[in-house]
Amino acid sequence: MTASIPRNVTVGTTGPDGPTKGLLRFLTCGSVDDGKSTLIGRLLYDTKLILEDQLLALEKDSRKHGTTGEDIDLALLVDGLEAEREQGITIDVAYRFFSTPRRSFIVADTPGHEQYTRNMATGASNSDAAVILIDARKGVLTQTRRHSYICSLLGIRHVAVAVNKIDLVEFSGERFHHIMGDYFGFAQGLGFTSITPIPLSARYGENVTSRSERMRWYDGPTLLEYLEGVEVDQALAQKPFRFPVQWVNRPNLDFRGFSGTVASGTINAGDKIVVAASGKESVVTRIVTADGDLPEARAGEAITLTLADEIDVARGDVLAKPETRPEVVDQFAAHVLWMSEEAMLPGRSYLMRIGTKYVPARITNLKHKVDVNTLEHIAGKTLGLNEIGLCNIATATPVAFDPYEENRETGAFILVDRFTNATAGAGMITFGLRRATNIHRQDLLVDKASRSRLNAHKPVILWFTGLSGSGKSTVANIVERELHTRGVHTYMLDGDNVRHGLNRDLGFTDADRVENVRRVGEVARLFVEAGLIVLCSFISPFRAERRMVRELVGADEFIEVYVDTPIEECMKRDPKGLYARAKEGKIKNFTGIDSPYEAPENPEVVINTADGTAEEAARRVIDALATRGITA
Amino acid sequence: MKTDALKQALDKYGFDAAFGGARRDEEKSRAKERVFSFRSAGHVWDPRNQRPELWKLYNTRINKGESIRVFPLSNWTELDVWQYTRAEDIPVVPLYFSAPRPVVKRDGVWIMRDDDRLPLNAGEQPEIKAVRFRSLGDYPLSAAVESTAASLDDIIEEMITTRTSERAGRLIDSDEAASMEKKKREGYF
Repeated sequence: MTASIPRNVTVGTTGPDGPTKGLLRFLTCGSVDDGKSTLIGRLLYDTKLILEDQLLALEKDSRKHGTTGEDIDLALLVDGLEAEREQGITIDVAYRFFSTPRRSFIVADTPGHEQYTRNMATGASNSDAAVILIDARKGVLTQTRRHSYICSLLGIRHVAVAVNKIDLVEFSGERFHHIMGDYFGFAQGLGFTSITPIPLSARYGENVTSRSERMRWYDGPTLLEYLEGVEVDQALAQKPFRFPVQWVNRPNLDFRGFSGTVASGTINAGDKIVVAASGKESVVTRIVTADGDLPEARAGEAITLTLADEIDVARGDVLAKPETRPEVVDQFAAHVLWMSEEAMLPGRSYLMRIGTKYVPARITNLKHKVDVNTLEHIAGKTLGLNEIGLCNIATATPVAFDPYEENRETGAFILVDRFTNATAGAGMITFGLRRATNIHRQDLLVDKASRSRLNAHKPVILWFTGLSGSGKSTVANIVERELHTRGVHTYMLDGDNVRHGLNRDLGFTDADRVENVRRVGEVARLFVEAGLIVLCSFISPFRAERRMVRELVGADEFIEVYVDTPIEECMKRDPKGLYARAKEGKIKNFTGIDSPYEAPENPEVVINTADGTAEEAARRVIDALATRGITA
Repeated sequence: MKTDALKQALDKYGFDAAFGGARRDEEKSRAKERVFSFRSAGHVWDPRNQRPELWKLYNTRINKGESIRVFPLSNWTELDVWQYTRAEDIPVVPLYFSAPRPVVKRDGVWIMRDDDRLPLNAGEQPEIKAVRFRSLGDYPLSAAVESTAASLDDIIEEMITTRTSERAGRLIDSDEAASMEKKKREGYF
């Protein structure tokens, strides 16, 4: 979201001599000791953008935390958080603003260490160019490859390779050319449009803003000249028209408009448009703004469109032109960067935000991980913090997108953890896997309701969750026997039993546990469709997966029964001898021992087999069915 | 005012989000601020554990009791604000424009003294100076700057040639470099 700026003002693009080349957003990347913050400090200092009071504070800080002896430590200008100044490292992305008579700049200063890969990607996501630092003494390192790959993955096409600390190798041209030979060797496959090598010394200001007298062998641009001159692809307005609807504006019966910011392309009053997902077409009648109607709007402008026809449009829909539609799919391949401490689990449901839409999404398959240091493809089942992988993703409803390479605005998404709401992952779509518009569900003549009418009860999933040995299967068995004698149609899915057949190929890692529950959920849903009461008895330790099953069926078709028997009691019973073996380390990933159990937050029924008999517990479940009108 | 009163109001009405005008160019810890800045229950800002914010995809999801501070002008500069104000002809508080005002020099900055709320220290003598305010905060912690800029055009001209930062006039910030970060952790806007 950015504020809408009137056309006669271009914020950030006016220098003392009037309009300039425009705004350049770039990032700097380099590792802890490459002198990245010093370089930005130098740029600000030499372009006279450090103000008097900031300089005073800097001198004070330099005495306290500085690493440059008597000189002021320019790095302290940009490391803004207390922890950063104390440790002398950059943790988070910081944004800096400066301008010269020729151009305005927003710099994203990003940390270089592998554990902050996500922060670097954050800086890269909004940048058009990158300055990649290399320490002249060390040459191309693992981290140089990592930084270059991440820039490339996030869509940056122009990089300056700043070979810094050139003063420490006697301003050697030979050393510089040797390093750049290495760099060009591996960067070929990264898809950069331009690579500009610059030898410089950030600490002494050589080739940063003024030409170095000590490197006469170099005739390329200084860093500032490069930044002022680099042509980046600002052709968003030339791309196909995309308008993600942010809000349906309906103040009264006479006005219905669709508000949002034009993501790419241009639109004119009178143009034909199409709602990407539904294929419904109409014509733009007005382009409304707070300052009156416009004849035309382009990428970046916040507008409200009115249409000639009353077609169905909601927040999250993408409007396009009929001849240049985005793809609409519910399955696609994407590179995903994982940003959460909690690993990505295939099969788990996340909330995906793409454009203005939130949609539930699952990673169905991790095709391969990318080793960010060697760029090798490696096999894996999950993605940990800062890991990148190529994934297949399935969404609950079809989404409109363009491949990220073609359009960053409509090809990027984030994944949100459904419980903590943390931003868990970021993705860039590579291609669609199948066109949702070609897949139609077979309409069935006999449906769930008609099947259910043959029974004297409603269908439901009774989901028993709890620790191993808590009595889930015992209670579920009694419940099924009781229901059966009353003529209720039931089926039992038991955790141990399905692992002999349906889920024979799964183990007990977190990823396999998620898949185990997902498959059982789908089978249970089919039985609910068939009109049965399905009893499921699974440890099912994770809230996310229980919720996933809950969402497969109707709101009143899922009853969570929490078998809340204390772990001490379960361990005492240990009917299968499993706790004993787990404690000896002979079983790994055992729930309650070395794998967590996430207790239900709002279960419909709670039973505890330590405080009473299994029969009493079963009675409470059966009563709950009657109370809810499921059985008579 | 911008900490406790704000927190009380947010709690009373249970707002999911509060919009603020803070910009990243104002100050170092603000340079690290998100556009959609998450606050845990109790309005605490944890700068080391912020949500990653990529592209323009803002994560607006919160649980009960949590909230978001939204800073739509994050990437504007002080100069941008004045140019926009001029382009849109937005009325501004007269204190932003230069006028002869009674001030005293204290801790190296000009503090306005137009009534008894500011007791004078020994030896302090108010004088009339042409001053304006670049930043308006708590009184008497916001200092004036010497300036003759009496119109929007003057201010923009001054902005392009100025050699001090906007927050130089805030006594509250100059205590130590990390004071803004501390205040923000506690819920300051």
